[in-house]
Amino acid sequence: MVKLFQLQLEHYEKVEGMALSLEGKANQLSQMIRGNLPMAMQGMVVVPIFAGFDLTRGEGRLYEFDVTGGRYEEADHASTGSGSLHAGTVVKLGYRQGMDAGEVTDLAIEALFEAADEDSATGGPDPIRGIYPIVATITAEGYTRISDDDLAART
Amino acid sequence: MNMPFYVAPEQVMKDRADYARKGIARGRSLVGFRFDNGVAICAENTSSTLRKVSEIYDRIAFAGVGKYNEFDQLRIAGVRHADMKGYSFSREDVDARSLANQYAQSLGQIFTHEMKPMEVEILVAEIGHAADGSGDQLFHILYDGTVIDEDMSVVLGGETEAIAERLGTFDQPPTLADGLRQAVAALAGPERNLAADALEVAVLERGDHRRTFRRLDDPEITELLA
Repeated sequence: MVKLFQLQLEHYEKVEGMALSLEGKANQLSQMIRGNLPMAMQGMVVVPIFAGFDLTRGEGRLYEFDVTGGRYEEADHASTGSGSLHAGTVVKLGYRQGMDAGEVTDLAIEALFEAADEDSATGGPDPIRGIYPIVATITAEGYTRISDDDLAART
Repeated sequence: MNMPFYVAPEQVMKDRADYARKGIARGRSLVGFRFDNGVAICAENTSSTLRKVSEIYDRIAFAGVGKYNEFDQLRIAGVRHADMKGYSFSREDVDARSLANQYAQSLGQIFTHEMKPMEVEILVAEIGHAADGSGDQLFHILYDGTVIDEDMSVVLGGETEAIAERLGTFDQPPTLADGLRQAVAALAGPERNLAADALEVAVLERGDHRRTFRRLDDPEITELLA
């Protein structure tokens, strides 16, 4: 679904000559999730979170979804998945306004680490095997993935 | 009752061709050329919102002259075709050659079988992966579906002969600045000066991004022409 979603957004941008607004993208994703409901009912559930930098407003925005495609904008943090209750709680307790990229990265890794302990379907950082979560920042400059080396140093 | 007079097929085709050429000649011209790091397309365009040059895919661009709504329609069809093909197969399977062939089929069909031909002339440009530009392509498609595989540069529009003559030939792909200066001088002619606000310039540039298409804004155009 992600691949199709990415393609959909790029296609729109090329045809129209300008990119969709962040809200437009979130709405489009909602519709895709809704379209997936029959499959979800058969066990193949897709419930993402959507995060982006809104260029018009000049701020980051977060959206959570439910399986029917319902869209809920979150103020500070969002989580999804089987481990989301654990991970989300860790983030909630550790979050303060005005944290910088480094601090939120540390918080995110900690959240995954704790959730991995409690939930069998969550994989946290694995320094022994060198497997780290995919962590990225999304700013006005775009999507930047944080390297495994950086994450290793933080773990 | 009036019987329809016989018209020779050659006459019908010639009339259609003349009609299409007249429609194309009404609009302004554009120049496409290979430069050291890719392909550039420079169009005379006073509008800042209606585009003549657009992105089709990661390494493919489109440009058109003639009737705007007609070549814009072709542009959208091209984007759709490329995205569908890339999704069904893979991104690297999308190439300008097959796109140009599709366009040629479409335009040829319309030229022969529709009431009126499309009054358009289009360019499909692609950059290859080779650093020396040997994989770069310029496909020039005419109103009747003729495809011409151009070498270093191509002129589309009304007074193509005059502009092409002023443009001259490049033995080697020039730098973007040199190529652009020459292209703008060719488009403008001896009597006029074209500044950034009357131009639409875009490039397909080799680099590390997946999408190589980039529009040049007015300040950058002005700097390159200086």
